[in-house]
Amino acid sequence: MQVVIILLSVSILIAAGFLIAFLWSVKNGQMDDFYSPAQRILFEEKKKTNL
Amino acid sequence: MSKLAQYTEAVCFHCGDTCGSDKIAASGKQFCCNGCKTVYEILNQNGLCEYYQFNTHPGLQQKETVREGKFDFLDTPEVVGQLVQFSNEKETHVSFYLPQIHCSSCLWLLENIHQVNSAIISSRVNFMTKEVFIVFATGKTSLKKVVQNLTQIGYEPHLSLDRLGTKNSTKIDRKRWYKIGVAGFCFSNIMMLSFPGYLLSGSKMEASLNIYFQSIIFILSLPVLFYSASEFFLSAYKALKRGYLNIDAPVALALVITFGRSCYEIFSNTGSGYLDSMSGIVFFMLIGRWLQDRTYNLINFDRDFRSFFPIAVHVSKDGSTFPVEVNLVKEKDCILIHNNEIIPVDGMLSKGEAHVDYSFVNGENNPVHVKKGEIIYAGGKQLGGIIELVVVKTVSQSYLTSLWNKDVFQSGKTNAKQLNKKTLVDKVGKYFTYLVLAIAGIAALYWYRLGNEQNMWNAITTVLIVACPCALLLSENFTYSNFLRILGYNKFYVKNKTTLENLIGIDTIVLDKTGTLTHSNESIVKYAGKAFTYQEEKCIASLLSQSMHTISNPIMQFLAIPDIEVIEHYKETDGEGIEGWVQEKHLKIGSAKFVGADPQVETGTAVYVKIDGLVYGKFVISNHYRKGMFALLASLHKKYQLALVSGDNNAELTRLQKVFPAGSEILFEQKPVDKLSYVASLQKQGNKVLMIGDGLNDAGALKQSTVGLAVTDKNNIFTPSSDAIIDGSKLSGFHHLLQFIGSSRTIIFTTFIISAIYNIIGLYYAVQGSLSPLIAAILMPCSTITIVSITYGLSIVYAKKYKVKYKLAEQN
Repeated sequence: MQVVIILLSVSILIAAGFLIAFLWSVKNGQMDDFYSPAQRILFEEKKKTNL
Repeated sequence: MSKLAQYTEAVCFHCGDTCGSDKIAASGKQFCCNGCKTVYEILNQNGLCEYYQFNTHPGLQQKETVREGKFDFLDTPEVVGQLVQFSNEKETHVSFYLPQIHCSSCLWLLENIHQVNSAIISSRVNFMTKEVFIVFATGKTSLKKVVQNLTQIGYEPHLSLDRLGTKNSTKIDRKRWYKIGVAGFCFSNIMMLSFPGYLLSGSKMEASLNIYFQSIIFILSLPVLFYSASEFFLSAYKALKRGYLNIDAPVALALVITFGRSCYEIFSNTGSGYLDSMSGIVFFMLIGRWLQDRTYNLINFDRDFRSFFPIAVHVSKDGSTFPVEVNLVKEKDCILIHNNEIIPVDGMLSKGEAHVDYSFVNGENNPVHVKKGEIIYAGGKQLGGIIELVVVKTVSQSYLTSLWNKDVFQSGKTNAKQLNKKTLVDKVGKYFTYLVLAIAGIAALYWYRLGNEQNMWNAITTVLIVACPCALLLSENFTYSNFLRILGYNKFYVKNKTTLENLIGIDTIVLDKTGTLTHSNESIVKYAGKAFTYQEEKCIASLLSQSMHTISNPIMQFLAIPDIEVIEHYKETDGEGIEGWVQEKHLKIGSAKFVGADPQVETGTAVYVKIDGLVYGKFVISNHYRKGMFALLASLHKKYQLALVSGDNNAELTRLQKVFPAGSEILFEQKPVDKLSYVASLQKQGNKVLMIGDGLNDAGALKQSTVGLAVTDKNNIFTPSSDAIIDGSKLSGFHHLLQFIGSSRTIIFTTFIISAIYNIIGLYYAVQGSLSPLIAAILMPCSTITIVSITYGLSIVYAKKYKVKYKLAEQN
């Protein structure tokens, strides 16, 4: 059963990695604006349009 | 757009407003004004017409043109230094507040602005804060150029006195995100580790494994209690210090007891503790708070006059003029004020013709004619040509500033609103705490009398653990946040939950007229009398063009004469009318008394025309009331007492008397301070007042009232300080919104009852001293899920019932 201890430690470490990734993304401002990134992805680059 | 729509109604290609008779056609498209056309042409030249493909008519009306040289002050190093965030010889960083941002087209256009000005390296929009962050090449372009580019495409940055010095973009509080992240991580891991314990009782698990599990659970619970939950402790402590119990007090108590009891169980090896429930509660409560605060913390509700003031004025010295930052203008400086500019200081008129519109300050619609040597007060707006002022009092000492700093404006707010600090849930929470303590006490006494000390301690701690009022808190947070969101879809933006609760208790509604009941700039002109020939109309228009009176403009628009004649012997009699010679005809335009006609009772302002001694007829100018306003008043009257306070003259009295129900007070010629004291007098009689207004002149009353609601017509919300903001077009459905808000109370009570049922189940086990961690761990998420789903379900039911939009409309 001792293997459970190793498995658990590893799983918590991995989860901690995700927590750090989340905190990093918040710090980077990814949670500041939910609207623009969703729209931005739909924009095409460098397309000149005249009507 | 279908062909039919094109024929029935010509709308501006850029902004979507209906084009009047003066529509402009260019490259096969129609525009309501030159401004819109110019913006379109600039976009077309730079290949930015994709702008029009994301949304139909994404633009904003550009009727007000921007004066050339308006941004000259952006060349002065002091001002630049205050606005720029970072600059070296290669690039400069700056961010602007653009209140016009409202759709994906705005986003696209602003992020492609480098196509207009190639020296702009990058631009990034934050949609939530309505800010654009621009990086441009230093030396290749200037701050002024960038601002001009933005203005050209219809996004004039909001540069005002209150933004000076705040170089950095709006700070977004990310602390709650960190807290939620940490709590979520710890909660999920603790739950996972607790799970085997529920399946296998302690004896079946190996002792070493058990110790390992328990110690990790304990370690993970520490950041939850000391970091994520810190705000509950802080808020409870603050309230206790001020001498009252808020809802956070029992929450904090429950958290401490749960933690203490769990520690005891873990270290004495008697059980596994309730740490999974504790961290879960913290996690859910944080999410509830986040939902509640998220909604509108970025709309600016607290504006003062400084957001209306310009950053810089032109000072003239030794024959040359240069821009100077407003704060640095000294007494006896000579400043130049252009047409449509707000005067930021008190000054003496030394040159030019001043027609000052004080509607900002006192709500009076007609501009005041100021003669040379007279004093002009800060806050007025110059209409007409350039004037020169000698500064008498600087910005910080001006009359307007002192008015603003007056006690009523400052303490009025804190007094009136402090009383309502305790929300419904705080009041309930107080009794809740006493009740829980009583139950714990009785249970403890019972077991103590039986001599079962073990069960006594069990009962005390588990009662306090299971009766944590987190369900109450959650129901409040979720209901109000959902209501704020739904109201936002209806363009009714409420500052916070306290305002929402205050709105439920309202019994009196005080309205402003201009800009609230009526459209701010539109009026209806009707002519009655002998018909004019075209030549005569031309003469009238020519004469009117000389006058700066607010009434002249609507008549001019009504006549729609493109060119005008020369006027001779022009004379203006203040408050009476104007006269002069045009094309050898003598014209007199003004009041009945002025032209010598019989005065009659009018619904609006009547302007008579007399040509060569003969009275032809009269123009009647009446306010353009918003659609559905009269129906709104009628339905509001069923439940509320109504009153009207207006800064205008009583020209519309007869009409309003018909509209307002009998017994409502209608007051005219009210100065801002009068409005404020009227609201205060109503409050003294014990009324809860909702003030609906729009301008700075209502600012005092909006602050004084229980709830101040500002009406806005533009997408760019420049409203005075208020508790709530509503879009003018949605005002006609306001009574439905009020009914809907009223239903929030029913929803909260329903969820209170449900959470009480869960609490009773928990208490049933707790008083017996037999609440197992498993039962706690099941009850907690169950009550949360039930409450959240009931809240959301019921709010949709009520929204449907009161015809309130509860979904965001599909975008084109």
